[in-house]
Amino acid sequence: MKITRAEVEHVARLARLELSAEEAEIFTGQMDAILAYVDKLNELDTTGITPTSHAVPVENAFRADEERPSIGTDNAMANAPDRVDGFFRVPKVIE
Amino acid sequence: MKFQPVIGLEVHVQLLTNTKIFCGCSTKFGASPNSQTCPVCLGLPGALPVLNRKVVEFAIRAGLATNCTIAEKSVFARKNYFYPDLPKGYQISQYELPICTAGHLDIEGEWGTKRIGITRIHMEEDAGKLVHGDVPGLGSGSGVDLNRACTPLLEVVSEPDLRSADEAVAYLRKLHQIVVYLGICDGNMEEGSFRCDANVSVMPVGSTTFGTRAEIKNVNSFRFVKQAIEYEIERQIDLIEEGGKVVQETRLFDPNSGMTRSMRGKEEAHDYRYFPDPDLVPLVISPDWVEEVELSLPELPDLKRKRYQEELELPAYDAEVLTASRELAEYFEACLALYPQAKPLANWVMGEVTRGLNDSGLAITACPVTPQRLAELLKLIDAGTISGKIAKTVFDEMWQTGQEPAKIVADKGLVQVSDTGEIERIIDEVMAANQGQVEEFRGGKEKVFGFFVGQVMRASKGKANPALVNELLLKKLKG
Repeated sequence: MKITRAEVEHVARLARLELSAEEAEIFTGQMDAILAYVDKLNELDTTGITPTSHAVPVENAFRADEERPSIGTDNAMANAPDRVDGFFRVPKVIE
Repeated sequence: MKFQPVIGLEVHVQLLTNTKIFCGCSTKFGASPNSQTCPVCLGLPGALPVLNRKVVEFAIRAGLATNCTIAEKSVFARKNYFYPDLPKGYQISQYELPICTAGHLDIEGEWGTKRIGITRIHMEEDAGKLVHGDVPGLGSGSGVDLNRACTPLLEVVSEPDLRSADEAVAYLRKLHQIVVYLGICDGNMEEGSFRCDANVSVMPVGSTTFGTRAEIKNVNSFRFVKQAIEYEIERQIDLIEEGGKVVQETRLFDPNSGMTRSMRGKEEAHDYRYFPDPDLVPLVISPDWVEEVELSLPELPDLKRKRYQEELELPAYDAEVLTASRELAEYFEACLALYPQAKPLANWVMGEVTRGLNDSGLAITACPVTPQRLAELLKLIDAGTISGKIAKTVFDEMWQTGQEPAKIVADKGLVQVSDTGEIERIIDEVMAANQGQVEEFRGGKEKVFGFFVGQVMRASKGKANPALVNELLLKKLKG
């Protein structure tokens, strides 16, 4: 097995997903199959090859430190389900 | 059992750029909520970040000033977690390949000079701000303001080399002084421009294995850092002595009680699943760029202090005070260029100038007495035109009116009297009016000499040349 059910449940919790017992069972099998497939890559010998972080050979895309107009509070809030006085309103979060 | 504290600091330095790290929104503090936002910093689908070149330049500056190696190649990574102040569900940061590594700072104190390692400095974006309760309409909810989201930060991570709260504060002060000198951060701790998380653990003295550490979050003044660390050290020692165990956790410092308390429920959040951000291409920094930045660095406080002591022959204390801020040092050096006598100048800058600034609540950059004027004043003293005492009166007048000292001296008739005849006349008068004291002096009671000097100076309204007064008085009294 490439992945355990406990790991699947952990990943689901990190992603804030609620899985039923059956779903957890199904996804454990599916994710295990996916990982086994991807694991084929490990058959290649990558000794001495620098890990690739990006697939395109481009580097250093910069912008100058120049201000551009913001879109304004109303536009920023256009899709907000709940707003008060310019704030997005969310369920209470206490640190 | 005796315990040894072990402390490492993570400092977040907010960079003084005009715009955010990945978009063109303004970073100005205090705007109305969510007015400085765009699709990129709101985390709207499809929006793409583009790196602000100034942020990289500032990171190189910080790295060079803290003796780091600047990485030829560095990469941005996504740090994944959910919190309402983080619109994308991840923070763009750097992980495996940060821009600066393996630096150090030297801190001075009762421990002598100690080298504190800097593990790394990386660039990242700030999160937004949450408000609770301050806004009436929020009711039982919390408010999210994303103006601060995507503001550029450097995170400076120290090695666990610090062994006391005082060392930690000394390190923090030094780092603070450097980033402000570099002009990359305004250093305002209250507004959160320079904030610190402290990792604190304790181990038995003599042990080489560190204890379990607690992380204290966001302590926003030097005083609180000291308090929070001292409290935490004591808490952990008490806990261990009572047979308990320190758990690895995040704790929050409460300035009102001076205590730290546990922030529960964040254990799971520490699984950040970092991976390279595919939206941002790798950053490659050429040696030319590093050299260009290096050439643009200002003289840093440590070197400046050393130069003041060695070249200007100032005492250590003076060098320390004058280099405390870059602006004060610049004022001093502007004066020095016009009046190249370091010690008397230092006395005036640390004395009258500093006193004036404190009394009026002004910053040195707004000092009403310009370096030009201060230099003119000191030259008047050297030329014998006015005495040092009168110079203080002239200084106060300059502070009020901004006039040039020579004009004040002329207008107010403050020119020092160095006319021997005039001074002798005054001495004769004083002696005639105080025959008793003259007899005492001649009878061997030399202490009354001071009395005569005072009387003569007063009769001349402070304008008599003090050296001449001394000389002539002595001659006449001895008869």
